[in-house]
Amino acid sequence: MKPFTYERAKTPAEAAAAVARTPGAKFIAGGTNLLDLMKLEIETPTHLVDIQDLKLDRIEPTSGGGLRIGAFATNTATASDPRVRRDYGVLTRAIVAGASGQLRNKATTAGNLLQRTRCPYFYDPNMPCNKRKPGSGCSALGGYSRQLGIVGTSDACIATYPGDMAQAMRVLDASVETVDPQGQTRSIPIGDFHRLWGDTPHIETNLRRGELITGVTLPRPLGGQHFYQKVRDRASYAYALVSVAAVIQPDGSGRFAVGGIAPKPWRVAAADAAMPQGAKAAAAALLAGARPTEDNRFKVPLVERTLAAVMAEAKAA
Amino acid sequence: MDQAGETEISRRGLLVGSAATAALTTISVADAQPGPAQPAPASMKVTMSVNGKRHSLEIDTRTTLLDALREHLELTGSKKGCDHGQCGACTVMVGGTRINSCLSLAVMHEGDEITTIEGLGTPDKLHPMQAAFVKHDGYQCGYCTPGQICSAVAVLGEIKAGVPSHAMADVTARPQATNDEMRERMSGNICRCGAYSNILEAMTEVAGASA
Repeated sequence: MKPFTYERAKTPAEAAAAVARTPGAKFIAGGTNLLDLMKLEIETPTHLVDIQDLKLDRIEPTSGGGLRIGAFATNTATASDPRVRRDYGVLTRAIVAGASGQLRNKATTAGNLLQRTRCPYFYDPNMPCNKRKPGSGCSALGGYSRQLGIVGTSDACIATYPGDMAQAMRVLDASVETVDPQGQTRSIPIGDFHRLWGDTPHIETNLRRGELITGVTLPRPLGGQHFYQKVRDRASYAYALVSVAAVIQPDGSGRFAVGGIAPKPWRVAAADAAMPQGAKAAAAALLAGARPTEDNRFKVPLVERTLAAVMAEAKAA
Repeated sequence: MDQAGETEISRRGLLVGSAATAALTTISVADAQPGPAQPAPASMKVTMSVNGKRHSLEIDTRTTLLDALREHLELTGSKKGCDHGQCGACTVMVGGTRINSCLSLAVMHEGDEITTIEGLGTPDKLHPMQAAFVKHDGYQCGYCTPGQICSAVAVLGEIKAGVPSHAMADVTARPQATNDEMRERMSGNICRCGAYSNILEAMTEVAGASA
């Protein structure tokens, strides 16, 4: 691990200012992904600003009838919250489908949104990777790509966003709230939070330098049935090959986002609209323009089948 | 000076030379994006309570909680398996909550209360979970066992507290200490010897006794 200095900020604006004024500084929350990458010297922050004292761990109702989940709320706290379990079941289901109990006890809302890809070539400093070292090339194209993206990828990078929580937040139309070093706040719709890789796969979100996530707001509950169906190589503690987060209404209408296939939680308006026509039509609309590799072509039918399984479960209930 | 001596390359010199070249090659490939210069190694003071005893340490900021426990406090019960949060051998409890101590910085634990395997019981007075692991043969080589036991104790606490899991059909329900529940919740602790079924028997016994 490269040396770094460390401080515990007192307020969100102070934390944002501390990162903005120190070249190479980063925020640290749970640290479960950042420290992993620091040990491999893939992340090499010069200074860490710890956000644990900022009182960002609260989960509270909003005036609009929704729920605000603090940036520092742990995954376990969010999944366990009775309001989340009752009104936003897709979120609890997505969170408990990810990682292990130990990791969920430490991982936070903000950190999970910023979790970096698990592409094996990103993790291997001896291999070219445009995300780790811009311009060095993509080892995954033509390499081992079974777990990687099939849609929204680019010629520079085919990595996926690996998390589960964000797929549910995308279905719920959550907003990411931030504060910048000047103390200005803004709200970013979660669909605009993560970027497609394009020519700059090392830039993963639309956050600005020093901008700190303070929380995620969920709009009013949608009702309906909530699902998070995750297909993976092991029954527990593995990343998704394909995951479907869905909210389905009694009339068959609904919305869904898919994980494990793209740089961000993948949701398409035309695919939501096609849900009443069945899984085949909805999956086809979702994957329009998909460019799978030979290794991960199986994900195309797997998306349709996973969605079909969710729809069948909705119908049976 | 002897001309031949100057150009003669000893075996040791050649090896050192090759190693240096190999190291340089690795560095140039491994080099992350050129960024701001790293600061000099920094150390900080941190005070934490471990197994009920207060400790003040002056440590490098890079020290993980696991290394602080093992290398500085000589509590070597918690193990370093993978050092990347994948195996669970380093599991300890912070404020009663289980975490991977390898993925947490010691300096982030100012004022925290840490419980390690050494704090659960003693050889003369085992914690019920330790006793149940012995009774049911919940280990073979024993390397993952401290992490398994810390995790197992915390898992029963999480079930009691109503923390949901992937094994639940209805996430609004209260979880029960069933076989499926415990298997799912223990998936962050890997046992290379495959003592899983015996670990489960030990947990079932303790869960039954405390229910």
